Amino acid sequence: MTDATLWAIVLLSGAATYIWRALGVAIAGKVSPDSETFRLFACIAYAMLAGLIARMVVLPEGILAESPLSFRLIAVGLSVAVFFAAKRNLPLGVAVGLATFALLTTLWG
Amino acid sequence: MSLFAESPRGPVAHGAADATGMPALVLFASMIGYGSMAREAGLTLWTSIASTGLVWGLPGQIAMVELYALGAPVIAVMVAASAANARFLPMVLSVMPLFNETPTRRGWHYAVAQFMSLNPWAAMMRDGPRMNPAYRTPYFAGFAGVCITAALIGTAAGFLMAGALPRHVTLSLVFLNPLFFTLVFVSTRDRGQILAVLAGIAAGPLFHLVSADWGLILTGAVAGTGAYFIDRQIRRRDD
Repeated sequence: MTDATLWAIVLLSGAATYIWRALGVAIAGKVSPDSETFRLFACIAYAMLAGLIARMVVLPEGILAESPLSFRLIAVGLSVAVFFAAKRNLPLGVAVGLATFALLTTLWG
Repeated sequence: MSLFAESPRGPVAHGAADATGMPALVLFASMIGYGSMAREAGLTLWTSIASTGLVWGLPGQIAMVELYALGAPVIAVMVAASAANARFLPMVLSVMPLFNETPTRRGWHYAVAQFMSLNPWAAMMRDGPRMNPAYRTPYFAGFAGVCITAALIGTAAGFLMAGALPRHVTLSLVFLNPLFFTLVFVSTRDRGQILAVLAGIAAGPLFHLVSADWGLILTGAVAGTGAYFIDRQIRRRDD
Protein backbone atom coordinates (compact mmCIF):
# COMPACT_ATOMS: atom_id res chain seq x y z
CA MET A 1 0.00 0.00 0.00
CA THR A 2 1.08 3.56 -0.59
CA ASP A 3 2.02 6.20 1.92
CA ALA A 4 -1.24 8.05 1.16
CA THR A 5 -3.29 5.02 2.20
CA LEU A 6 -1.36 4.82 5.46
CA TRP A 7 -1.98 8.47 6.21
CA ALA A 8 -5.66 8.05 5.36
CA ILE A 9 -5.90 5.12 7.78
CA VAL A 10 -4.20 7.05 10.59
CA LEU A 11 -6.26 10.21 10.08
CA LEU A 12 -9.56 8.33 9.77
CA SER A 13 -8.83 6.14 12.80
CA GLY A 14 -8.05 9.29 14.79
CA ALA A 15 -11.24 10.98 13.61
CA ALA A 16 -13.34 7.88 14.28
CA THR A 17 -11.96 7.66 17.83
CA TYR A 18 -12.59 11.37 18.32
CA ILE A 19 -16.31 10.83 17.65
CA TRP A 20 -16.60 9.05 21.04
CA ARG A 21 -14.74 11.84 22.79
CA ALA A 22 -16.81 14.63 21.21
CA LEU A 23 -20.01 12.72 21.92
CA GLY A 24 -18.97 12.57 25.57
CA VAL A 25 -18.52 16.36 25.75
CA ALA A 26 -21.81 17.02 23.92
CA ILE A 27 -23.91 14.63 26.05
CA ALA A 28 -22.29 15.75 29.32
CA GLY A 29 -23.37 19.31 28.47
CA LYS A 30 -26.99 18.24 27.95
CA VAL A 31 -27.47 15.97 30.95
CA SER A 32 -28.46 17.79 34.14
CA PRO A 33 -25.42 17.65 36.37
CA ASP A 34 -27.19 15.70 39.14
CA SER A 35 -24.72 13.34 40.71
CA GLU A 36 -26.76 10.14 40.11
CA THR A 37 -26.45 10.13 36.31
CA PHE A 38 -22.77 10.81 36.47
CA ARG A 39 -22.27 8.14 39.14
CA LEU A 40 -23.74 5.71 36.61
CA PHE A 41 -21.39 6.97 33.86
CA ALA A 42 -18.42 6.59 36.22
CA CYS A 43 -19.40 3.00 37.08
CA ILE A 44 -19.68 2.15 33.36
CA ALA A 45 -16.26 3.71 32.67
CA TYR A 46 -14.58 1.92 35.57
CA ALA A 47 -16.14 -1.43 34.60
CA MET A 48 -15.10 -1.04 30.95
CA LEU A 49 -11.53 -0.08 31.79
CA ALA A 50 -11.12 -2.80 34.41
CA GLY A 51 -12.57 -5.27 31.91
CA LEU A 52 -10.12 -4.08 29.25
CA ILE A 53 -7.13 -4.48 31.56
CA ALA A 54 -8.29 -7.90 32.80
CA ARG A 55 -8.68 -8.97 29.18
CA MET A 56 -5.12 -7.78 28.42
CA VAL A 57 -3.83 -9.96 31.28
CA VAL A 58 -6.00 -13.05 30.72
CA LEU A 59 -6.52 -13.02 26.95
CA PRO A 60 -3.82 -10.75 25.49
CA GLU A 61 -3.29 -10.02 21.82
CA GLY A 62 0.05 -9.56 20.11
CA ILE A 63 3.38 -10.30 21.75
CA LEU A 64 1.98 -10.84 25.29
CA ALA A 65 0.11 -13.90 24.02
CA GLU A 66 3.52 -15.58 23.74
CA SER A 67 3.87 -15.70 27.54
CA PRO A 68 2.10 -18.39 29.60
CA LEU A 69 -1.10 -17.31 31.38
CA SER A 70 0.27 -18.59 34.70
CA PHE A 71 3.26 -16.18 34.52
CA ARG A 72 0.97 -13.22 33.95
CA LEU A 73 -1.39 -14.20 36.75
CA ILE A 74 1.41 -14.88 39.26
CA ALA A 75 3.07 -11.53 38.46
CA VAL A 76 -0.16 -9.52 38.73
CA GLY A 77 -1.27 -11.40 41.87
CA LEU A 78 2.05 -10.84 43.64
CA SER A 79 2.08 -7.21 42.51
CA VAL A 80 -1.40 -6.53 43.97
CA ALA A 81 -0.52 -8.33 47.23
CA VAL A 82 2.70 -6.33 47.72
CA PHE A 83 0.93 -3.11 46.72
CA PHE A 84 -1.66 -3.47 49.50
CA ALA A 85 0.77 -4.94 52.04
CA ALA A 86 3.03 -1.90 51.54
CA LYS A 87 0.16 0.58 52.13
CA ARG A 88 -0.61 1.14 48.44
CA ASN A 89 2.97 1.70 47.34
CA LEU A 90 2.57 1.97 43.56
CA PRO A 91 6.23 1.96 42.44
CA LEU A 92 6.99 -0.99 44.72
CA GLY A 93 3.97 -2.95 43.47
CA VAL A 94 4.90 -2.31 39.83
CA ALA A 95 8.57 -3.18 40.46
CA VAL A 96 7.72 -6.50 42.14
CA GLY A 97 5.23 -7.48 39.42
CA LEU A 98 7.61 -6.55 36.63
CA ALA A 99 10.60 -8.31 38.22
CA THR A 100 8.50 -11.45 38.77
CA PHE A 101 7.30 -11.47 35.18
CA ALA A 102 10.77 -10.74 33.74
CA LEU A 103 12.33 -13.47 35.88
CA LEU A 104 9.72 -16.07 34.96
CA THR A 105 9.86 -15.35 31.23
CA THR A 106 13.67 -15.17 31.17
CA LEU A 107 14.09 -18.45 33.08
CA TRP A 108 11.28 -20.50 31.56
CA GLY A 109 9.87 -18.41 28.69
CA MET B 1 -12.42 15.58 52.21
CA SER B 2 -9.34 17.76 52.37
CA LEU B 3 -8.69 20.27 49.64
CA PHE B 4 -6.15 19.38 46.96
CA ALA B 5 -2.82 20.96 47.95
CA GLU B 6 -1.94 23.47 45.23
CA SER B 7 1.60 23.89 44.00
CA PRO B 8 3.26 27.33 44.30
CA ARG B 9 4.64 26.76 40.80
CA GLY B 10 1.12 26.78 39.35
CA PRO B 11 -1.31 24.19 38.04
CA VAL B 12 0.39 23.39 34.70
CA ALA B 13 3.74 22.62 36.34
CA HIS B 14 1.90 20.71 39.08
CA GLY B 15 0.11 18.46 36.60
CA ALA B 16 3.29 17.95 34.62
CA ALA B 17 5.21 17.03 37.78
CA ASP B 18 2.53 14.51 38.84
CA ALA B 19 2.67 12.82 35.42
CA THR B 20 6.47 12.69 35.42
CA GLY B 21 7.39 9.39 37.03
CA MET B 22 5.27 6.28 36.97
CA PRO B 23 2.60 7.40 34.44
CA ALA B 24 5.11 8.77 31.91
CA LEU B 25 7.45 5.81 32.40
CA VAL B 26 4.72 3.22 31.85
CA LEU B 27 3.42 5.04 28.78
CA PHE B 28 6.90 5.34 27.37
CA ALA B 29 7.49 1.62 27.84
CA SER B 30 4.20 0.47 26.34
CA MET B 31 4.64 2.81 23.37
CA ILE B 32 8.07 1.24 22.74
CA GLY B 33 6.14 -2.00 22.32
CA TYR B 34 3.64 -0.27 20.06
CA GLY B 35 6.32 1.44 17.93
CA SER B 36 8.08 -1.82 17.16
CA MET B 37 4.74 -3.49 16.46
CA ALA B 38 3.80 -0.66 14.04
CA ARG B 39 7.09 -1.06 12.18
CA GLU B 40 6.61 -4.83 11.84
CA ALA B 41 3.11 -4.16 10.47
CA GLY B 42 4.55 -1.90 7.76
CA LEU B 43 3.86 1.62 9.06
CA THR B 44 6.44 4.35 8.47
CA LEU B 45 8.14 6.24 11.31
CA TRP B 46 5.95 9.32 10.85
CA THR B 47 2.66 7.47 10.48
CA SER B 48 3.54 5.51 13.63
CA ILE B 49 4.18 8.71 15.58
CA ALA B 50 1.08 10.38 14.10
CA SER B 51 -1.10 7.40 15.05
CA THR B 52 -0.09 7.78 18.71
CA GLY B 53 -0.78 11.51 18.66
CA LEU B 54 -4.03 11.41 16.70
CA VAL B 55 -5.72 8.17 17.77
CA TRP B 56 -4.30 8.47 21.32
CA GLY B 57 -5.75 5.23 22.65
CA LEU B 58 -3.60 2.10 22.61
CA PRO B 59 -6.33 -0.54 22.04
CA GLY B 60 -7.53 1.38 18.97
CA GLN B 61 -3.98 1.84 17.70
CA ILE B 62 -3.28 -1.89 18.08
CA ALA B 63 -6.51 -2.80 16.26
CA MET B 64 -5.58 -0.35 13.48
CA VAL B 65 -2.07 -1.74 13.05
CA GLU B 66 -3.17 -5.38 13.15
CA LEU B 67 -5.91 -4.94 10.56
CA TYR B 68 -3.63 -2.87 8.34
CA ALA B 69 -1.05 -5.67 8.42
CA LEU B 70 -3.77 -8.10 7.33
CA GLY B 71 -4.55 -5.85 4.36
CA ALA B 72 -8.09 -4.99 5.47
CA PRO B 73 -9.97 -2.19 3.65
CA VAL B 74 -9.51 1.35 5.02
CA ILE B 75 -13.11 1.58 6.26
CA ALA B 76 -12.82 -1.71 8.16
CA VAL B 77 -9.61 -0.53 9.84
CA MET B 78 -11.25 2.74 10.84
CA VAL B 79 -14.34 1.03 12.31
CA ALA B 80 -12.23 -1.49 14.27
CA ALA B 81 -9.98 1.26 15.69
CA SER B 82 -13.02 3.27 16.72
CA ALA B 83 -14.80 0.28 18.29
CA ALA B 84 -11.70 -0.63 20.32
CA ASN B 85 -11.65 2.93 21.67
CA ALA B 86 -15.37 3.19 22.51
CA ARG B 87 -14.36 3.45 26.17
CA PHE B 88 -13.68 7.16 25.57
CA LEU B 89 -17.41 7.86 25.61
CA PRO B 90 -18.02 6.80 29.25
CA MET B 91 -14.58 8.16 30.22
CA VAL B 92 -15.24 11.65 28.85
CA LEU B 93 -18.85 11.56 30.10
CA SER B 94 -17.84 10.75 33.66
CA VAL B 95 -14.99 13.25 33.92
CA MET B 96 -16.69 16.16 32.12
CA PRO B 97 -18.75 17.47 35.10
CA LEU B 98 -15.41 18.42 36.69
CA PHE B 99 -14.59 20.57 33.66
CA ASN B 100 -18.11 21.97 33.27
CA GLU B 101 -17.65 23.69 36.66
CA THR B 102 -14.51 25.48 35.47
CA PRO B 103 -14.39 29.03 34.10
CA THR B 104 -12.86 27.65 30.85
CA ARG B 105 -15.01 28.20 27.75
CA ARG B 106 -16.91 25.09 26.67
CA GLY B 107 -15.20 24.97 23.28
CA TRP B 108 -11.99 24.04 25.09
CA HIS B 109 -13.61 20.90 26.45
CA TYR B 110 -13.45 19.45 22.95
CA ALA B 111 -9.67 19.89 23.13
CA VAL B 112 -9.59 18.37 26.62
CA ALA B 113 -11.46 15.35 25.22
CA GLN B 114 -8.83 14.77 22.51
CA PHE B 115 -6.04 14.63 25.12
CA MET B 116 -8.01 12.41 27.51
CA SER B 117 -6.39 9.06 28.21
CA LEU B 118 -6.22 6.57 31.07
CA ASN B 119 -3.56 8.30 33.19
CA PRO B 120 -4.92 11.85 33.29
CA TRP B 121 -8.47 10.44 33.53
CA ALA B 122 -7.63 8.38 36.61
CA ALA B 123 -5.83 11.39 38.13
CA MET B 124 -8.78 13.72 37.50
CA MET B 125 -11.35 11.22 38.80
CA ARG B 126 -9.27 10.78 41.97
CA ASP B 127 -8.07 14.33 42.69
CA GLY B 128 -10.27 16.56 40.48
CA PRO B 129 -13.23 16.82 42.88
CA ARG B 130 -10.94 18.20 45.62
CA MET B 131 -9.37 20.78 43.25
CA ASN B 132 -10.40 24.39 42.97
CA PRO B 133 -12.37 24.42 39.65
CA ALA B 134 -10.05 27.02 38.09
CA TYR B 135 -7.10 24.71 38.83
CA ARG B 136 -8.48 21.69 36.94
CA THR B 137 -8.05 22.52 33.23
CA PRO B 138 -4.44 23.78 33.47
CA TYR B 139 -3.52 20.90 35.80
CA PHE B 140 -4.96 18.46 33.26
CA ALA B 141 -3.10 20.22 30.42
CA GLY B 142 0.22 19.78 32.22
CA PHE B 143 -0.51 16.17 33.11
CA ALA B 144 -1.73 15.14 29.67
CA GLY B 145 1.06 17.12 27.96
CA VAL B 146 3.74 15.07 29.71
CA CYS B 147 1.86 11.84 28.96
CA ILE B 148 1.57 12.52 25.24
CA THR B 149 5.19 13.67 25.00
CA ALA B 150 6.41 10.48 26.68
CA ALA B 151 4.17 8.42 24.39
CA LEU B 152 5.40 10.11 21.19
CA ILE B 153 9.05 9.65 22.18
CA GLY B 154 8.32 6.04 23.15
CA THR B 155 6.66 5.35 19.79
CA ALA B 156 9.64 6.75 17.88
CA ALA B 157 12.12 4.86 20.08
CA GLY B 158 10.19 1.61 19.66
CA PHE B 159 10.05 2.05 15.90
CA LEU B 160 13.78 2.75 15.65
CA MET B 161 14.75 -0.06 18.04
CA ALA B 162 12.41 -2.66 16.55
CA GLY B 163 14.18 -5.99 16.31
CA ALA B 164 17.16 -4.69 18.32
CA LEU B 165 15.66 -5.48 21.73
CA PRO B 166 15.68 -9.07 23.00
CA ARG B 167 12.22 -10.64 22.81
CA HIS B 168 11.78 -11.05 26.56
CA VAL B 169 12.66 -7.39 27.16
CA THR B 170 9.95 -6.25 24.73
CA LEU B 171 7.59 -8.71 26.42
CA SER B 172 8.22 -7.19 29.86
CA LEU B 173 7.86 -3.64 28.50
CA VAL B 174 4.45 -4.50 27.03
CA PHE B 175 3.41 -6.26 30.26
CA LEU B 176 4.11 -3.08 32.25
CA ASN B 177 0.95 -1.47 30.87
CA PRO B 178 -1.73 -3.91 32.18
CA LEU B 179 0.31 -4.43 35.37
CA PHE B 180 0.44 -0.74 36.22
CA PHE B 181 -3.21 -0.09 35.44
CA THR B 182 -4.32 -3.11 37.47
CA LEU B 183 -2.81 -1.38 40.51
CA VAL B 184 -4.28 2.00 39.56
CA PHE B 185 -7.74 0.44 39.33
CA VAL B 186 -7.67 -1.79 42.41
CA SER B 187 -6.70 1.25 44.47
CA THR B 188 -10.03 3.00 43.83
CA ARG B 189 -11.65 4.03 47.12
CA ASP B 190 -15.25 4.83 46.18
CA ARG B 191 -17.58 1.87 46.86
CA GLY B 192 -19.50 2.10 43.57
CA GLN B 193 -16.26 2.31 41.62
CA ILE B 194 -14.75 -0.64 43.53
CA LEU B 195 -17.82 -2.72 42.68
CA ALA B 196 -17.58 -1.65 39.04
CA VAL B 197 -13.87 -2.58 38.88
CA LEU B 198 -14.49 -6.02 40.41
CA ALA B 199 -17.44 -6.71 38.12
CA GLY B 200 -15.44 -5.48 35.13
CA ILE B 201 -12.49 -7.74 35.94
CA ALA B 202 -14.83 -10.74 36.01
CA ALA B 203 -16.88 -9.74 32.97
CA GLY B 204 -14.13 -8.39 30.68
CA PRO B 205 -12.44 -11.65 29.66
CA LEU B 206 -15.75 -13.53 29.76
CA PHE B 207 -17.58 -11.19 27.39
CA HIS B 208 -14.49 -11.01 25.18
CA LEU B 209 -14.92 -14.76 24.60
CA VAL B 210 -18.57 -14.20 23.73
CA SER B 211 -17.76 -11.43 21.25
CA ALA B 212 -14.33 -9.91 20.59
CA ASP B 213 -15.99 -6.89 18.94
CA TRP B 214 -18.73 -6.11 21.45
CA GLY B 215 -17.23 -7.66 24.59
CA LEU B 216 -15.91 -4.40 25.98
CA ILE B 217 -19.08 -2.42 25.39
CA LEU B 218 -21.11 -5.25 26.94
CA THR B 219 -18.79 -5.27 29.94
CA GLY B 220 -19.38 -1.57 30.54
CA ALA B 221 -23.12 -1.84 30.06
CA VAL B 222 -23.71 -4.96 32.17
CA ALA B 223 -20.98 -4.83 34.84
CA GLY B 224 -21.03 -1.04 35.17
CA THR B 225 -24.80 -0.68 35.38
CA GLY B 226 -25.01 -3.67 37.75
CA ALA B 227 -22.37 -2.16 40.04
CA TYR B 228 -24.19 1.17 40.03
CA PHE B 229 -27.52 -0.33 41.10
CA ILE B 230 -25.95 -2.49 43.82
CA ASP B 231 -24.15 0.57 45.16
CA ARG B 232 -27.40 2.59 45.06
CA GLN B 233 -29.24 -0.17 46.94
CA ILE B 234 -26.58 -0.11 49.66
CA ARG B 235 -26.67 3.70 49.87
CA ARG B 236 -30.46 3.71 50.22
CA ARG B 237 -30.36 1.04 52.91
CA ASP B 238 -27.75 3.05 54.83
CA ASP B 239 -29.79 6.28 54.70
